[in-house]
Amino acid sequence: MLKLFLRRVALTLPTFVALMFVTFVAVRLVPGDPIEVRTGERGISPERLAQFRHELGLDRPIWQQFLDYANGLLHGDFGVSIVTKTPVLNEFLILFPATLELAFCALVFAIVLGIPAGVLAAVKRGSIFDHTVMTAALAGYSMPIFWWGLLLIMFMSEYLGLTPVSGRMDLINYYFEPVTGFMLIDSLLSDQEGAFGAAVAHLILPSIVLGTIPLAVIARMTRSSMLEVLGEDYVRTARAKGLSPLRVVGLHALRNALIPVVTVIGLQTGTLLAGAVLTETIFAWPGVGKWLIESISRRDYPALQGGIMLISGIVILVNLIVDLLYVAINPRIRHGG
Amino acid sequence: MAGDSMAGDNMREGPAFDPAAIAMVETVPPEVSSLRAFWSAFSENRGAVLGLMVVAFIALLAIFAPWVAPHSPVEQFRQFVQQPPVWAGGSWQFPFGTDAVGRDVLSRLIYGARISLGIGLSVMVVSVALGIVLGLASAFMRGVVEVVVMRIMDVVVAIPSLVLAILVVAVLGPSLANTIIAVTVVYLPRYVRLVRAAAIAELSKEYVVAAQVAGVGKLRLMFVTVLPNCLAPLIVQAALGISDAILEAAALGFLGLGAQPPTPEWGAMLADSREFIRSAPWIVTLPGLAILVTVVAINLMGDGLRDALDPKLRRS
Repeated sequence: MLKLFLRRVALTLPTFVALMFVTFVAVRLVPGDPIEVRTGERGISPERLAQFRHELGLDRPIWQQFLDYANGLLHGDFGVSIVTKTPVLNEFLILFPATLELAFCALVFAIVLGIPAGVLAAVKRGSIFDHTVMTAALAGYSMPIFWWGLLLIMFMSEYLGLTPVSGRMDLINYYFEPVTGFMLIDSLLSDQEGAFGAAVAHLILPSIVLGTIPLAVIARMTRSSMLEVLGEDYVRTARAKGLSPLRVVGLHALRNALIPVVTVIGLQTGTLLAGAVLTETIFAWPGVGKWLIESISRRDYPALQGGIMLISGIVILVNLIVDLLYVAINPRIRHGG
Repeated sequence: MAGDSMAGDNMREGPAFDPAAIAMVETVPPEVSSLRAFWSAFSENRGAVLGLMVVAFIALLAIFAPWVAPHSPVEQFRQFVQQPPVWAGGSWQFPFGTDAVGRDVLSRLIYGARISLGIGLSVMVVSVALGIVLGLASAFMRGVVEVVVMRIMDVVVAIPSLVLAILVVAVLGPSLANTIIAVTVVYLPRYVRLVRAAAIAELSKEYVVAAQVAGVGKLRLMFVTVLPNCLAPLIVQAALGISDAILEAAALGFLGLGAQPPTPEWGAMLADSREFIRSAPWIVTLPGLAILVTVVAINLMGDGLRDALDPKLRRS
């Protein structure tokens, strides 16, 4: 099994190298010379230009530039933002907890609703409940989530006045230094009354919006996986032994049905991070998705390059971990070698 | 023809040994050939038929937009700014109301169908064509070609879809044509992977070996012998791919990175509408509803196609 693990890990290495290559090439294709961006419209003397080019390493052969870039990445150097003049990695690390918190809550929302809905739909196959869940899942799966977000704001915030319209925190009433970067934890640590409630209130709508597509995917997957397992011999045996239906479904069937569901949940990372771009834009959520969009409009290409590299690297890593977990929890692969 | 010399050696087998004829006979794909069987399987699924009807309706609206739409999609009726729709106290002159600069929402939605369906179809056609070429090439040539193509596809998959589309648009600049390119890049890997996997599975089958023995040329083997047998899953993926492309393009439009104003693209319409959540909710509601209905209908149709064409996936 260790061999299998190592092979999976080794297989992702070329992907990382190729990812570096893609981001490297993409930024060289982007309109706007990095030197022009630095010097502005006025232009500079040829000597200064040569000096700049030398400083930035642009006078060296292209393959050497790529090696430098790759070397920098391996040492945690993701470039420096043109706009804020701070290292891209630092900006990213400050904003990432906000995205992580949002994505985590969205995933919890999707799992807590999706798995029971899928199990019930499978058990009561063909019932009204089943049809409702499947129709809702189809709608969720087809949802333009940016519109869904606007609808929820319109109804929940504007019409009912239940939730805040945007942001992570009620900054007029509460202020505290970020400790962990996670608002739910920081607000508790701050000991300010109502701060935690405000953090939760700000999280509700964005989590629902971001969790909608994963919810639909998880519900569908749970249902079909459950249906498959319910037809297996060992479930029939368990029933024939006279075990209670709850025990059969909850213990014997669900445990096996969840294996593919866990994989699907893991593979939602990419969906969540892509969805975060839209969700954060709608709710003015100060995370990496919104930052990425803003860096385009500011023409901050190092930020864009570093951000894409970091986000994609995270997705590759999480997918690898999911892959390894799948190997670890699936007895067929585990024992088969 | 490559088989000529061999045919000379096998003269005793008579005229029956014609490589081309054998290849023809062997390559008739079983699923696609019986259209009637397909339709009876497809029409069993009520959701799929409903989806097909809705898609057909929207497609007709899109094709005949200049005749169906009551107004021009870009003409601004300055004296009728933010008119509510007819069910909310508006007039029949603008059945779905007008937007913030007095453009007829219904007309913009109808013309928007052209753009959204156009993007969906273009992305689908281009990525299926490229997917077939790259997928077959990596299945048949293996070696370096396969490694390079599949590694590139791995990278494309690793970058979250919308982030990749944003990167492509950042390189090329925001426009409708670049939206199509960006979304094509995003969805190419699934077609390449699917064609490659299906082709590799087919390659070990006897009819392919027979065709090879008969001396069928490589290109013919790829496109005439093997490809038709990979079509069923490809058609299903292509149908579902249209709806994904529409969603992705609308998201780009919403972020201001897709179609530029005053193009009546549904996503871009939503982006413009954000400030009017309070004052003119129909400007927000209707374009999103149009996207949702279109995507749901295409997905329903795609599910029906899958059940009818791909019996392996038909379960539950």
